[in-house]
Amino acid sequence: MFSISVFLESFGPLFWAARYTLLISVLGIGLGLVIGTLICAARLSPYVWLRRFAMLWVSFLRGVPLLVQLLVFYYTLPVIGLDVPAMVAAVVTVGICASAYISEIWRGAIAALPKGQAEAAIAIGMTPQDVWIRVILPQAFNLSLPALINELILLVKASSLVSVVGILEITRASQAQAATTFRPLEVYIAAACIYLLINLCLAVLGRYLEHRTAI
Amino acid sequence: MVSASSVEIRKVNKHYGTFHALKDIDLVIPPGKVTCLIGPSGSGKSTLLRCVNFLEEYDSGEVLIDGTMIGYEAPGKKMPGRKLREMRRSIGMVFQQFNLWPHMTARENVAEGLIRVRGLSKSEAHRRAADALAKVGLADKMANHPSRLSGGQQQRVAIARAIAMEPRLMLFDEPTSALDPELVGEVLNVMKTLASEGMTMVVVTHEMGFAAHVADQVVFMEKGELVGVDSPDRILHHPEDARIQSFLRTYHERNSF
Repeated sequence: MFSISVFLESFGPLFWAARYTLLISVLGIGLGLVIGTLICAARLSPYVWLRRFAMLWVSFLRGVPLLVQLLVFYYTLPVIGLDVPAMVAAVVTVGICASAYISEIWRGAIAALPKGQAEAAIAIGMTPQDVWIRVILPQAFNLSLPALINELILLVKASSLVSVVGILEITRASQAQAATTFRPLEVYIAAACIYLLINLCLAVLGRYLEHRTAI
Repeated sequence: MVSASSVEIRKVNKHYGTFHALKDIDLVIPPGKVTCLIGPSGSGKSTLLRCVNFLEEYDSGEVLIDGTMIGYEAPGKKMPGRKLREMRRSIGMVFQQFNLWPHMTARENVAEGLIRVRGLSKSEAHRRAADALAKVGLADKMANHPSRLSGGQQQRVAIARAIAMEPRLMLFDEPTSALDPELVGEVLNVMKTLASEGMTMVVVTHEMGFAAHVADQVVFMEKGELVGVDSPDRILHHPEDARIQSFLRTYHERNSF
């Protein structure tokens, strides 16, 4: 029989664990945005070596599962003598992985802008930096908002993978909970509800931002 | 009125791969005058115009703005970006597709260059932007984003954006070709005012009426070659070259009903 009380009681500890899920996802996407922007800039740069590096970066990180990346990164650190908390390792790995996707999102949005947008800025004598900061990136950001929100939602779900390096986020917490209560069904359904709730909130936030930046 | 620039184009060539887009173009654009470039599509008019502010890089020859070559310091040696930007600052350009920045209001579009390029304070830039917009008859549309403006209004904002920078030369690349017919007049009127103030203007256009009435000289191009340069009357009403005659015949046939 499905026990409503076990189901409801699971929410307490799982909500507590959701802090880590959110922290990893938000820091991950933040780091991913920074690195992804740099990688995108490298990809579009006139220097062939930078372009090649960016292409390698993207194909490697998109081609290897995040779970494997996490394990490789986590077990490489001690080998090279770095004692890094699991949380930091998790955020860095998630952020690096996200950077590959985000750089491609940027690239697509930038390619979608009419060439005349930059030309109008160049024609009045703007510096290349100003052309990027004032004209291209703000528009590319608006264009890519739906894709970025999508990426954030994917990260929230992918963050369940960091349970393998021992972080007590939603998935890991529900495994522990299931083991102590012997009620896996109730606990995992509760976990599913929390993921769904978080992602619905993100979708609403995305809709709001899109509406606000619509022109 | 600030002084108007002159342009001298000498033996300019441009290739796209194996396609020879501009063939040994020689042309003098006198200061304070309106020069219209006409000719069939693909004749190189726009390419030539874009060489004048070096949005298009020419392969050989020289484009001189008030005697200074734009784009190159010497043949084959590119000019540093800073110097090129300095030259572009006094050359306004208006595009066929307007190219207003959609994330800024009309006023912000005009003020942007004043702030970033001319280094004016935000308040001063916005004051001048308001003046420029009033000049093109859009004082009441300053707070609108481009998406809330008609094509003709957008193009007038684009003209305001260019003239706010106080250029000495204005380039127009088919400024009315993307407009609905009933909106063409308002843009041409703004251009006429500008011409009457003594601005040097180079206009790529299919508006033969504008060329006939406003231009001081008309240039006819075909297949990357400069076929004729003369007064509007001689090019448009008494052309001697068969290529110009044939172009005008097609034009009149298309516009008669």
